[in-house]
Parts: sequence; C-alpha cells; structure tokens
Amino acid sequence: MGFLPFAVAVWLFVIGLWGVVSSRNLVRTVLCLTVVQSSTYLVLLGVGYRTGAMAPIVADIPSTSKLVDPIVQVLVLTDVVIEATITALLLALVVQAHKRFGSIDPEDLRPLRD
Amino acid sequence: MTRRVRLGLFLVAGAGLAVVLLLGFGGLPSFGHAHELDGAVVNLDEPTLRHATDVVTALNFDLRAFDTLGEEFILFASVTGVALLLRTLRQEEEEDQEITPGIEDHRFAGASDGVKLTSLLLIPLLIAFGAYLVFHGQLTPGGGFQGGVVLAAGPIAVLLAGRYLSMKRIAPKRLLEVSDALGAAAYGLIGLGGLIFTGVYLEDPLPLGVSGQLLSAGMMPLNSIAVGLEVTGAFLLTWTQFFDQTLVGPPSGS
Amino acid sequence: MTVLQIIALVLVAVAGGAVVLTPEALRQTMVLGIYGIALTLLFFVFQAPDVALSEIVVTGIGLPLIILAALRKIRQQQARQSHAREEAEE
Repeated sequence: MGFLPFAVAVWLFVIGLWGVVSSRNLVRTVLCLTVVQSSTYLVLLGVGYRTGAMAPIVADIPSTSKLVDPIVQVLVLTDVVIEATITALLLALVVQAHKRFGSIDPEDLRPLRD
Repeated sequence: MTRRVRLGLFLVAGAGLAVVLLLGFGGLPSFGHAHELDGAVVNLDEPTLRHATDVVTALNFDLRAFDTLGEEFILFASVTGVALLLRTLRQEEEEDQEITPGIEDHRFAGASDGVKLTSLLLIPLLIAFGAYLVFHGQLTPGGGFQGGVVLAAGPIAVLLAGRYLSMKRIAPKRLLEVSDALGAAAYGLIGLGGLIFTGVYLEDPLPLGVSGQLLSAGMMPLNSIAVGLEVTGAFLLTWTQFFDQTLVGPPSGS
Repeated sequence: MTVLQIIALVLVAVAGGAVVLTPEALRQTMVLGIYGIALTLLFFVFQAPDVALSEIVVTGIGLPLIILAALRKIRQQQARQSHAREEAEE
C-alpha cells in the first residue's frame, strides 16, 4: 500500500499526457495539462509525509512533536499558484489562436509565416 | 503522420514512460517514512527563531523569500502576458461601440432571485475571510496568496448577482493595475528594507514580537499583505481581461 | 497509511481520469472542479492545510471563471466569423 501515492501520480501523469496527445480541442489540451501538473503534487506530498505526523502548524502543539516535512508543502503551494497563472496565459493564447486561424483544433493550425 | 499512428505511438511511449517512472519512484523512501533532516530542522527553527506558528508561511517569507519574489514576478508577468494577448484590435473596438447602457441587468437576466441574494450575502463574508487569511498568514493556515484569491472573489460575487458593470465600478481596471503593481513592488521594497537595515537583501530587520500575536514574526505580516495585494489585483485583472467584450459584448449567436 | 488517505487517493485517481476522458470542454470544466475538491480532500488528509486552502480557492473560483470566459469568448468569435462569412457570400 505504501506505493499507492506514487502509482496514482504516474497514472495521472500518463493519462493527462494521453489527453494532451489525443485532444482535438486546444481548451481540452490545456485542461489535461493541469492534470499532468497535479501529478507532481502527489509525488512531493508523498515524499514528505510521515506516518502519524501532524500538520506543521505549531500554534497549539509543541514544535518538538512529530510533524510532516513543510518544505515539500511550500513547493506544492508554489506549484498551485503557477498552475493557475500558466493556465490563464495558455487560455489567452488559445483565444488568440482562434482569432487568427478560426479554429481550435490543433490539426488545423498552420505555422506562423507572414 | 496520421492521427491513428500518432496515438498508437503514444500508447507505446506512454507505457514505457509509466514503467520508467514507477521504477524511479521505487527508489524513494517508502510512503510515511520521510527521513530528511532539513524538514525537521525547519520545523524546530522557524517557531523558535522567527516566532511564526505556521511553518509553511514562515518558509515562504523567510527561507524561500527570494523564491517567493520570483513567484511574484511570474504572476506579474503572466498577467501582463494575458493583457497583451487579449488586447482589443482597432476594428473590434468599433464593433463593441454598439453596447447599450441598459445591458447591465440584461446579461445575467437568467439568474434567479435566490442566486442574486446568496451572492450579495457572500460579498461581506468573502472579504472578511480573505482579510483574515492575509493578516493571519504567519499564525494559522493561509497567507497572502490564499487570502488574495478569496478577496478577489468578493467583486466576482457582484458579477454573479448579475451586475458586471457594477463590478467594474467597485473594482475599476486602473485600481486593479495599481494594486497588482503596488503589491509586487512592495514585496521587493520590503526586501530592500532588509538590505538597508541589516546589509542582507530580504533579511528581517523588525522585532520578532510575541509568538502567536497578530504583529509577530518580523516582516512576515507585511510580506503577506504585499502578496495579498498583488494576488487580488492579478486575479481580478486576469478575470476582467477575459470578461471584457465577452459579458458586455453582443450576445453570442445573434 | 490510513483508510481516509487511501479513499482520497482513489478519488483523485478516478476524478483525474474523468477530467481527461470527458469529451466536451464545458463539461470538463465542471469535472475539473470536482477533481479540485478531491485534491483538496487529499491535501487535508496528508496534513497540508495551507496547500488545501490554496487548491480550493484556485480550482473553486480561479480556474473555472477563466475557462468559462475563454470558452464564451471563442464561441463569440465563431459567431462573428460565420456572420462575416455569410456577409461575404452575399
């Protein structure tokens, strides 16, 4: 059972990539990319978790008690922020591509040459 | 390469990738047995040396303060990118001139009275909770980022109540731009304060205060407010960039 | 590993697959919201309340609003383009 978080991470990574490759709609491609990115959360949290440990908030408990690794949590926090901003940027690109090519099917996109 | 060949190729490559990833993760310490010393050291040090009770926020604004500066600028740059990509071209502006003033109540005419009432009730709750998250960053779970998004949701509730133009009145684009830029600049300038008073960029020159009080942990509350300002501005700006000419433009399909 | 953690992991795996396999972008946005809630639950039982808070605000409000607005914008452009094409044919 101890391998389950990493197995789920691999599943999310590969199924998300499948979505990216098979998608006929650029908005769907972007959404599948967020699934790929969320697999990293599982790896990071899985690495830092300790059985029976508590959250790293020491307001009510002594800081010597068993706590989970806070460093990976900070990395996941950054990851979530960047995911939101990158998705916004990619969707703006999709809107712009649709304005230019009149389609959001990646097969219809032509190289930019002017 | 046809679509079918490409998907078949991916199935082979994806299966290989999955095997390699599983083998790689097999070398990690098994789940629940993390033995990194640095995590434990940080858990002991941040509360005692920095008087912060939320170790995650303390890490963000103390040990990883420089990374957070980079993260701030990624946010700033991506908002600028969205604004650049979605800017209106001249001929489109002419089409948008047709907007009539009465359109404000029209767009969300489908919203029922229940939805409108709930949205109005949500506004003060969202703003109070967002402010709480920003100000208590170093004490309880939360911080500038989470609080900033919740604060940004306050004006969005006005939108859900069916009034896009009212939302633009209480959160005009100029104000959002100022909030975004001010937040990003404030974070950098707070770091400069460290350079001036202690000689090290982002070092903490302020007294640490009593652990658990609102004004404790040195500069962390200030950093949290700066990040909160920036995130509120950034998210509202991104949303309004996407909403402009979408919600007030001519209805689709007519 | 506790039962809650196993349930949360299975939920995330199922919801993540559902996001990718949902055919239409509008429905996918809704499934993405459910996936975000599953991830929030997972962060919560993995003792990461800070991350859970930021995940729920991002996938609860942040992303859906952007995606829905982008979809509507694309639909509007489609209407405008087909309108322009009809005019050109006349």
